[in-house]
Amino acid sequence: MDTLTTIISVLYYALIAFIVVLIIYNMIKSKEWKKEIIYIVILLPFLLRLFLLK
Amino acid sequence: MNKSDIVRKILIGLAGVVVFVFSGISFYQHRHLKEPVVISDGVTQVKKLGDYFEGIKGSVNDCNLYFLEGAEPGGTMLVLAASHPEEPAGRLAAWLMAENGNISKGRLILVLSANRSATLVTRPGGAYPPDYTITTPWGGRKFRMGDRWSSPLDQWPDPEVYIHYPSRQNLAYVDVRNLNRAWPGRPNGTLTEKTTFAFMELIRNEKVDVVIDLHEAELQYPVINTIVAHEKGLDLATMISMTISDFEGFSIGTEFSPKNLHGLSHREIGDNSEAISLLFEAPEPFLDATRGITGRKQLLEGKDEFVVKAGKHGLLYAPIDENGWHIDVRVGRHVSTILQTFESWNESNPGKEVVCTGVPRYADIVKNSTGFYLKNPAGVNPLRVKYE
Repeated sequence: MDTLTTIISVLYYALIAFIVVLIIYNMIKSKEWKKEIIYIVILLPFLLRLFLLK
Repeated sequence: MNKSDIVRKILIGLAGVVVFVFSGISFYQHRHLKEPVVISDGVTQVKKLGDYFEGIKGSVNDCNLYFLEGAEPGGTMLVLAASHPEEPAGRLAAWLMAENGNISKGRLILVLSANRSATLVTRPGGAYPPDYTITTPWGGRKFRMGDRWSSPLDQWPDPEVYIHYPSRQNLAYVDVRNLNRAWPGRPNGTLTEKTTFAFMELIRNEKVDVVIDLHEAELQYPVINTIVAHEKGLDLATMISMTISDFEGFSIGTEFSPKNLHGLSHREIGDNSEAISLLFEAPEPFLDATRGITGRKQLLEGKDEFVVKAGKHGLLYAPIDENGWHIDVRVGRHVSTILQTFESWNESNPGKEVVCTGVPRYADIVKNSTGFYLKNPAGVNPLRVKYE
């Protein structure tokens, strides 16, 4: 069970990293400043989890 | 993309970096705050939970176990604090006992961080303070505010449905990280299940007679100001309740531990060991759904105008007025209820007594404050200072 749990956790962190890349990509491509702010706001919890802070 | 677009994106990105850095520092400091325990002369040894189960050794939940052992043999009591670290009165009550208690007969085992992982995080989105400070005659002592659940940094992701082991009862998904839904645990389970399994090994190996699990509850929760008792401990709980209500200046009720609600300490410890299991609940308005601001002041003073208003509409199971439920009152309730448990147990179990001295009771704590009984870690033998 430990191995399975570790594999699932690693997959989730990989998923988080992928979403971080997507959000940053969309922020760069966005043409509206309001959307850019929203992208930054939703990026924060993903970054905090990715860096094992929260 | 023209130049002004690039400048705007950089500025917004930098603002995000600033927020990330400041919040990250706050979360990091909270997770790594060291809380000193100036152990009393009555603490004869400090063990680790990992001494009882290899699977938890060295993990975030390999917590300290403070043993207070009397010169004379007797019974053994285990007090668990911080099963839910967002309920600080239980933790502070156990802290006072670890810093002031002496046992002349029998043994007392104190746990200040039963779910240590949950002491390292606060509820995401809850706007909880990361810590709180108890004022003492020599300054302030800072404690971590915690959460109800193990940190997702230590156990993640959660399943869609949590299937409790061994009952296979379906529980809320998030309770897979709830220590008080994970009893009796299993050796190959999640971190939280391994933690409860380790405690079960401790209870079985040390032949613990009574386990006390300290909690606080919102006033809108019906199980409050009470002792929840396994059927093996109903007589004991009733005696404690009657004596306290007569002599201590506050009242506390008793509740049956439901036989079909699994994972809770008052049910599973009693079912899976020789020990009697009791759970104490004190009121914490800070946890109520209708609360206002969740700041340090509200946490410690237990005041909340919105909860008072809910009371006026008959929505509460415990009384509250403008004076609130101060942390000293809540800590005092727990400490006196623990001491009364020893005394009531001793009356009906000759030869298995646990005699505790040096610990203040409810009236003392309300009069002098919790901080009055916390020791200054500076200037004492460093070997007598442990960290949670």
